Amino acid sequence: MKKWGKVILAIVLVAAMTVLLASCGEKKTADEGQTTAKAGGTITVFNWDDYIDPAVLDLFKEETGITVKYVIFTTVEEMYAKVTAGGGAYDVIFPSDYIIERMIKEDRLLKLDKSLIPNYANISEWLQSPDYDPNAEYSIPYMWGTVGLLYNTDLVDEEITSWSSIFDPKYQNNVFMLASYRDCLGSTLCYLGYDLNTRDPKELGEAKDLLIQQKKDGIVKGYLVDETKDKMIGGEAAIAMMWSGDALYAISEGEGDNLVYVVPEEGSNVWVDGACIPANSANPAGAHAFIDFLCREDIARMNMDYIYYSTPNQAVIDHMTEEELADETLVPPQDVIDRCTFFHDVSEYIDLYESVWVEILG
Amino acid sequence: MKRSWFAGPYALWMILFTIAPLLFVVYYAFTNTQGAFSMASFLKAFDGQYLTILWRSLYLAFLCTVLCFIVGYPAAYFLASKDFSRSQTLLVLILLPMWMNFLLRTYAMMSILEDNGLLNQFLKNLGLNPISILGTQGAVLLGMVYNYVPFMILPIHTSLKKMDVRVIEAAQDLGASPVNVFRRVVFPLSIPGVISGVTMVFMPAVTTFAISRLLGSGMFLLYGDLIEKQFLELNNWNFGSSLSMIMMVLIIISIGLLNKADPKKEGSGVL
Repeated sequence: MKKWGKVILAIVLVAAMTVLLASCGEKKTADEGQTTAKAGGTITVFNWDDYIDPAVLDLFKEETGITVKYVIFTTVEEMYAKVTAGGGAYDVIFPSDYIIERMIKEDRLLKLDKSLIPNYANISEWLQSPDYDPNAEYSIPYMWGTVGLLYNTDLVDEEITSWSSIFDPKYQNNVFMLASYRDCLGSTLCYLGYDLNTRDPKELGEAKDLLIQQKKDGIVKGYLVDETKDKMIGGEAAIAMMWSGDALYAISEGEGDNLVYVVPEEGSNVWVDGACIPANSANPAGAHAFIDFLCREDIARMNMDYIYYSTPNQAVIDHMTEEELADETLVPPQDVIDRCTFFHDVSEYIDLYESVWVEILG
Repeated sequence: MKRSWFAGPYALWMILFTIAPLLFVVYYAFTNTQGAFSMASFLKAFDGQYLTILWRSLYLAFLCTVLCFIVGYPAAYFLASKDFSRSQTLLVLILLPMWMNFLLRTYAMMSILEDNGLLNQFLKNLGLNPISILGTQGAVLLGMVYNYVPFMILPIHTSLKKMDVRVIEAAQDLGASPVNVFRRVVFPLSIPGVISGVTMVFMPAVTTFAISRLLGSGMFLLYGDLIEKQFLELNNWNFGSSLSMIMMVLIIISIGLLNKADPKKEGSGVL
């Protein structure tokens, strides 16, 4: 009997812990349940992890009465896989440019009704006709940024302007590369003067050889994604290839002012994450209302402050302080935009990219 | 009611979460993106660069297992010895780190080993030269041994603990020297525990992926990284499934070999 007592105690303990932990997470849903009764119905939003100011969701619910069921993903490929598998019905999703292009091609997105999105007028002009969605019929830009180099002026005694620095043997064991095949290969292709969307095995081969040489020379200290920003704050390396938002995070969280972000002169990638409505959305009206809400100036400002990426919202930019406007990482000037290119879908050439990438990392 | 029906709920669970996924893996491994039968991704897995990664994974997992054995056996032996009264406390101390997620522990390990991390701060304070080990196979090996050594200690400890003391006493009465008692009685009787420990360390070690990224700084891939990349980064499910299948077959073969060494299945029964 004593043994049974122990088993029961263990079960009770585990159950208690589960209830305790679950109640922490569930609290929000319970609140939402109450407002549903008020008005507006529910929408399911599928967004990147840590990619919205949580206060925005509360405000939306308060103002429209629409309940938001918020689901997150960590890579856009994961999002694509889940949306196309049709398991969950999502109402608003946030794919990146080349995925938007692919989803338009596959008829997976709803054509947006701009009359329901009056705040669309706030979007910067150059983003009103992006080449992944030429008439902006299916996507509204949400956040955008660039790929560039973040360097530590304590460890670098020159001004860095070119991708050539990450291939320079003087930065031995001092360079973090971005462990993302499109970004890593794309930047190298730019450096070599090729199109970063190339499908030419010869050009990719050259990029591969250069990256393998860079690794052999001992210049690379690591191929990372999420860990890089903290390592750069900690002074672990002189230069890192990074996304502008992560760079901005490192610059503002770092203690000194020794971190500088630059988009190299050879050009780079500019990317946009857009808000889209899947073709099978159950509540397109609610989804339009949510997208319109995101385009509102005060909301876009809140999100920019929270996420650290560049906003596509011209109204926000127009009301920035002098100091903010001077920050080229936050508000990249036109010449930076001009020398950057969008990624396009290369999924048909995935085998080529895959083997090149594995050979570099291998 | 037949007693075998009691297994019903678990059988359903197993069909949903083990059998069905396995069938998916096989399906994807032998089809192409259009869903037609194709050997292409399976054959591609035997290209040189992927075999290099496989070899590296096997090699590191082997080293990890050997190191865990060298560290773990004496520890288990010590814990199981009857003249040691606080063994329960020590056992809890061995288990304690496992109560925390291994990913968190590996992140902590990463910040300790960084160039400007705790370890080097400590070395600097002692007036020694800082060392840079993050990004090497050594760091990954350290992380693997740190994470997996309890899996070696526990089964060995159990098999030593449940050993009949009278057998050992008999050996002593018959005049065997302590070395002989260990070599010819204790060790052979603990083999099932060793086999179970080896399996429990080797399997997670050979499929490791997060440790190599965090402590190896992504400087080289292990087979687990390669598979993860196919699914999460490259969206190449067919190739990813082929690689997973090869890994599973290798694991099944190694378990089969280990079971041969333990015909009576006295180790806590793997397969």
